[in-house]
Amino acid sequence: MPQSRAGGFLNLYEYMGKQIFSKFGIPVPEGYVIHGPEEVRSMDKDVVVKSQILIGGRGKAGGIKFASNIDEARAAASTLLGTKIRGYSVNTLLVEEKLSIAKEYYVSISLNRTERKPLVMASVAGGVEIESVDPKKIATRIIDPLTGYSDYVGRELTGQLGLVPEEASQFRNFLKRLYEVFEAEDCELVEINPLVVTSSGKMVAADAKVVIDTDSLFKHTEYNVTDPEKTTLELEAQGKGYSFVEMDGDIGVIANGAGLTMATLDALTLHRGKPRNFLDLGGTDSVDTVVNAFELVMKANPKVILVNIFGGVTKCDTVATGITTAKTRLSIGKPIVVRLSGVREVEGREILQKDGIQAFSQMMPAIEAVVKAAGVN
Amino acid sequence: MGAIVNKDTKVIVQGITGHQGKFHSGEMVKFGTRVVAGTSPGKGGTELNGIPIFNTVKETLPLGPDATMIAVAAPFVMDAALEAIDAGIPTVYILTEHVPFHDTMEILYHCKRKGITLIGPNGPGITAVGECKIGIMPNHIFRKGDVAVASRSGTLTYEIVDAITRSGMGESNVIGLGGDPVVGMTFIDALKLFEADPNTKKIVLVGEIGGINEELAAEYIKEHVKKKVVAYIAGRSAPPGKRMGHAGAIVEGGRGTAESKIKAFNEAGVKVADYPADIAILLE
Repeated sequence: MPQSRAGGFLNLYEYMGKQIFSKFGIPVPEGYVIHGPEEVRSMDKDVVVKSQILIGGRGKAGGIKFASNIDEARAAASTLLGTKIRGYSVNTLLVEEKLSIAKEYYVSISLNRTERKPLVMASVAGGVEIESVDPKKIATRIIDPLTGYSDYVGRELTGQLGLVPEEASQFRNFLKRLYEVFEAEDCELVEINPLVVTSSGKMVAADAKVVIDTDSLFKHTEYNVTDPEKTTLELEAQGKGYSFVEMDGDIGVIANGAGLTMATLDALTLHRGKPRNFLDLGGTDSVDTVVNAFELVMKANPKVILVNIFGGVTKCDTVATGITTAKTRLSIGKPIVVRLSGVREVEGREILQKDGIQAFSQMMPAIEAVVKAAGVN
Repeated sequence: MGAIVNKDTKVIVQGITGHQGKFHSGEMVKFGTRVVAGTSPGKGGTELNGIPIFNTVKETLPLGPDATMIAVAAPFVMDAALEAIDAGIPTVYILTEHVPFHDTMEILYHCKRKGITLIGPNGPGITAVGECKIGIMPNHIFRKGDVAVASRSGTLTYEIVDAITRSGMGESNVIGLGGDPVVGMTFIDALKLFEADPNTKKIVLVGEIGGINEELAAEYIKEHVKKKVVAYIAGRSAPPGKRMGHAGAIVEGGRGTAESKIKAFNEAGVKVADYPADIAILLE
């Protein structure tokens, strides 16, 4: 899988999360994955058929169905497969034993960016979005990376939650193994919601949310998931190594450095311009990198294009040559406004002026010029 | 004297024969940085632009390195950082982008345990203007002065430093904290250094969306910082849920917005510039 230069996090499907949980000894419901109704197996208990899509609230959105015999299960599978739920296609289903639910709890481990340490959250108010739970009902604990997870952390938390002894020992087992998953799989988040206590008193992970740091994928080559929230063009850009985000305006943007690119979009917006995209050229001294960036932006069909470069490693004359090359090769007739400052800026602006392209040395005049060219009054 | 590094700081570069290491060690030497050695496993005994190369960090210790720049590929950063930490190098700067944050958490823990300053990953480094540059900031943008800058981004920092320089002012220290969700040095760490630094009179913070470190910095400023502080926040037009180039630059569940950061700064008496170059106007 091509790695995005942007870095980021990868959401795994529920069934993948549960496969990982199983591997680490976390109890999950008996179940299997299907891609067609004919794959439904004969059954001796009620099942639940769950769409494998990466959105919250699948049940309410109609993505989960119950069945008490094979015909019902096949019918549910037929109904779900191929449909779209909130824009996401259902291609895979997880068929699982239906749990007899007595209680629903919550547990998660995530990165706490402020502490720069793992954060455990646990609650007896599971089955709903954790954001909607009264914070007083959530027990939290920052884990010291020196000690990692140890049972005393679990004892503190189960004590705070007021769990009865037989539940507390099972819950601690969940915590311990979940922390192992969090560490071993380089997770940004592992979440079980709900963590079901069955009517026979057994704890089972009824759902699984596992979010992996994409920067760790060199350690985890087995994960191959395409981010469903990325547009086709964003995926193409990712494959080519660009940080690229589509927006709904009409000013195409190419800049270098994530911070400067964001600042460019902000400045356009403050001038009532509407950016079509975020594209970070990165640090490059290659004409092709510039031409390929133009190719992506042109596919987004903007009205005008702004290039904002502060040269360092990225040389202004290289960028200028890239711009004129792209203009010819891609037959760009749309207005291009350029700001070049820094290493070899004079040479860069000369190259552009010869080709009749507006080139500025400072950012604000370029912003004003491109907004005007886009027809903003 | 710089707040962390100065003209006497002896620097080694881990991964000096790589693409980044080779180019930027040369630029650092041109800046005036005392680059005393480089490491590159298997290339010990050779040299690059007069800089001796060793196989291991341990072999560089007789030269008395005070700081290291780690410029190896992401999968090798953990090992390189542990090597530097084990050798007791007091300042560790990681240039590399795409270091898994679990690795950074572990590296950071080991640094704290040994009292080592960690800068980065995924930032442009640290510059004490006129004395020492460790990292990839362009040499030509600086002028010696009394403004200190701490920033979460690279190019945007250069843009702002350039604006300060063009306005006739100059810089004392410039620190790139890095664009990752987990980094070593934070705004508060930088504020402590700048507040104590006799060469710094004014402070610039360049933040962006994601996390709450700007909000925490604002709280810290209210209580502990007497020097003038101004700020810029990138990403006010960023769509929620989208990662804007930096792994750490994302608005999630309504948290980490530019509005929240600007509000926190304003409440701490820190003026926030609308455009990067306006920082120079706010400083006057």
